[in-house]
Amino acid sequence: MRAATRLSWAIAATTVLALTATSCGGGNGTAGGSAGVVRASWGDPQHPLEPANTNEVQGGKVLDMIFRGLKRYNPETGEAEDEMAESIETTDQQNFTVKIKPGWTFSDGTPVTASSYVDAWNYGAHLENAQIASYFFQFIEGYEDVHPSDENATPSADTMSGLAVVDDHTFTVRLTEPFSLWPETLGYAAYAPLPRAFFDDHDAWLAKPIGNGPYKIDTYTKSQSMKLVKYEDYAGPDKAQNEGVELRVYTDNNTAYTDLQAGNLDVIDDVPASQLSNAEKDLGDRFINQPAGIIQTVSFPLYDPAWSSPEAAKVRQGLSMAIDREEITSKIYFDTRTPATDFTSPVLGDAGGYEEGLCGEFCTFDPERARQLIEEGGGLPGGKVTLSSNVDTGSHRQWMDAACNSINNVLDNTAACTVNPVPTFADFRNQVTNRQMTGMFRTGWQMDYPLIQNFLQPLYYTDASSNDAVYSSPEFDRLVNEANSASDEEEAVAKFRDAERVLVQDMPAIPLWYQNGTAAYSTRVSDVKLNPFSVPVYTDIKVS
Amino acid sequence: MGRYVVRRLLQMIPVFIGATFLIFVMVYALGDPVAALFGDRAPDPATARQLRAEFNLDKPVWQQYLLYMGNIFTGDFGTAFNGEPVTDLMGRAFPISFRLMLTALVIELVLGILLGVITGLRRGRAFDTSILMATLVVIAIPTFVLGTTAQFLFGVQLGWINPAVSPEGRFSELLLPGIILALVSLAYVTRLTRTSVAENTRADYIRTAVAKGLPRRRVTVRHLLRNSLIPVVTYLGADIGTLMAGAIVTERIFNIQGVGFQLYQGILRQNSPTVVGFVVVLVLIFLLANLLVDLLYAVLDPRIRYV
Repeated sequence: MRAATRLSWAIAATTVLALTATSCGGGNGTAGGSAGVVRASWGDPQHPLEPANTNEVQGGKVLDMIFRGLKRYNPETGEAEDEMAESIETTDQQNFTVKIKPGWTFSDGTPVTASSYVDAWNYGAHLENAQIASYFFQFIEGYEDVHPSDENATPSADTMSGLAVVDDHTFTVRLTEPFSLWPETLGYAAYAPLPRAFFDDHDAWLAKPIGNGPYKIDTYTKSQSMKLVKYEDYAGPDKAQNEGVELRVYTDNNTAYTDLQAGNLDVIDDVPASQLSNAEKDLGDRFINQPAGIIQTVSFPLYDPAWSSPEAAKVRQGLSMAIDREEITSKIYFDTRTPATDFTSPVLGDAGGYEEGLCGEFCTFDPERARQLIEEGGGLPGGKVTLSSNVDTGSHRQWMDAACNSINNVLDNTAACTVNPVPTFADFRNQVTNRQMTGMFRTGWQMDYPLIQNFLQPLYYTDASSNDAVYSSPEFDRLVNEANSASDEEEAVAKFRDAERVLVQDMPAIPLWYQNGTAAYSTRVSDVKLNPFSVPVYTDIKVS
Repeated sequence: MGRYVVRRLLQMIPVFIGATFLIFVMVYALGDPVAALFGDRAPDPATARQLRAEFNLDKPVWQQYLLYMGNIFTGDFGTAFNGEPVTDLMGRAFPISFRLMLTALVIELVLGILLGVITGLRRGRAFDTSILMATLVVIAIPTFVLGTTAQFLFGVQLGWINPAVSPEGRFSELLLPGIILALVSLAYVTRLTRTSVAENTRADYIRTAVAKGLPRRRVTVRHLLRNSLIPVVTYLGADIGTLMAGAIVTERIFNIQGVGFQLYQGILRQNSPTVVGFVVVLVLIFLLANLLVDLLYAVLDPRIRYV
């Protein structure tokens, strides 16, 4: 009898526990979308949603909806067009006078003024705010004072001396050196203006960011969902064509794809690799596959004596010619990558600096010539080479195996190229930035703004921020400097192309392929397209 | 019994400290997480230093650990790299994982024991053989195959459910994920119960009970089942932890942002506060579940007493 009581007590306790848990699960889920609202997939942003602290696409997606800067990149052509800027004038490519259009407001009702920009840029640049994308402000005079490049120095100023507010709608910018294309970079989210609320109550702002874009945030539940509604007083030309956007976080894009098929989701902007082979069959026209501003390359550790000799350039060129890009992009990526024939991206367009075939024979698969070049260059250092990458994302393992196989087949030696998988991205990046690589390693580049400068200078200029190969060429540096001080865009682009030709000869990195952006949408919406950053243009989406 | 519980609770303290330290050191050994925050771009040294200082990463590991432990006792579990306090992450992840675990546990408990008793009593018959076959099939097929197939069938083809669970995670939505999560354990519970029941049907006290003329139902439930449950309860106790932390595959398929997902994310981003925080709570749940199991032994078998 006693045992029976104890047993029933245990059952009672379990029931109470279960009921408590149930009561936590209350609340009403919204399975169907409300009228006129686009339901789109989202990923959890890695950083707090500050404009200068966002360097990945998921946070960028939101910033693109709630902010508008001085310039905006045309979703179709990628060209930088005036958005909030009335005019940006300069006579010497170094001193700029920026006039902004009146009548713009933040979604809390406060007006956007010249100081909204200057304060935001000073915040983004200042070292103590530890903003990931602060390097965007490095061209402005006084950046070194608020953000010393030396690791142990402390800032000696609060604001950059190159920025000055003239009146409510005018401010001036002085750069450290001439940079003709500088106004074209201003479409990037890091240059967005910030309202007073950002500085007055930072935590509240982070919990529910306020911007000046076509949408305002209605509710934001971190790492679950964000509901954005049309901002009625938006002053820009690209007003939202729908009532709002509901972003839902998916931990796995396969689930998002299934949800799209089931009619619970309208737009996904990253079709999972495993579904690429049937996406076209499943969705027909509702599957988008177009070039994005991303190029994948393989870099060489030029700091390693084995790779820095003058003859080693031939070996690098040979290795480039030994990789069968066509085969890999079609078999592994189902044509969502395009074999690269230069160091930029097709999204730039011919006028912007993209040139198909600039790399010439060195980016074409040619086993015979590849073998020859590698031999002329003295063979692979030590007779073999490794190919390293993190393997936790992006099916890197598959293409690395394929690339190595391709090299091995060309050299007729199964041990010539071996894959060195690094478990996590963090670990891989550490090894790269600490210069511990001994063989080839993966380097990818997603453009910050659609300019040829962005594909060359940060990656290959001496001591540039992302020069992982530690490449240094006086000739390349000279051409880049000349391009930056050129007075018109055409001349600048031509100079950058010349610089790119230097890269082909030295081959510090092998261009592999251009990455495409993929998206898919439901029958409930229309007019879905991707911008050059492969983010859906949400404002244009119409809901039927 | 009270003293026994107190002793067990006190034993948890060293286990707790040891486990947290080990996890902390392991995450630390993965390397410097700051570089990954900058994406494919080389980190700016000054910003990186600022971030390291913010997350205490510039101090030696023992000091980091002490700082971390000191904060835990004030209820501060640190901050994830997206600026959110880890306690907020836990506040979201644990309730939903707990509900999923509970759904799965109830399913495997009720179905597993029922099937186990029936098959155990009808050894060698057609029903027994087919259930045994079925459990083998379930154990052999990976969870993600079963999960995605079921999701596609019920979510897309038949349209009975939403393929993704909403952030609220109501029990009705968690039914299918719960079944998928429970299947493997269900198979084990069935097999364990079956063996145990089959063995005990030949025990003396069952013969006695039958000889006393007790009704069949009473013999099965009160005498046979109760004595057969001890191995099953042991298994279930250990399974609670597995179901909560190890549900990552099921959670991913159904878009549930539970404990498994947050842990996975924390490891990928090498964020020790997240990983250690979650593991600490999991360790506690594991220890408590085991204590509960030990106490249940006494309920099931009156011969077992704790002093």
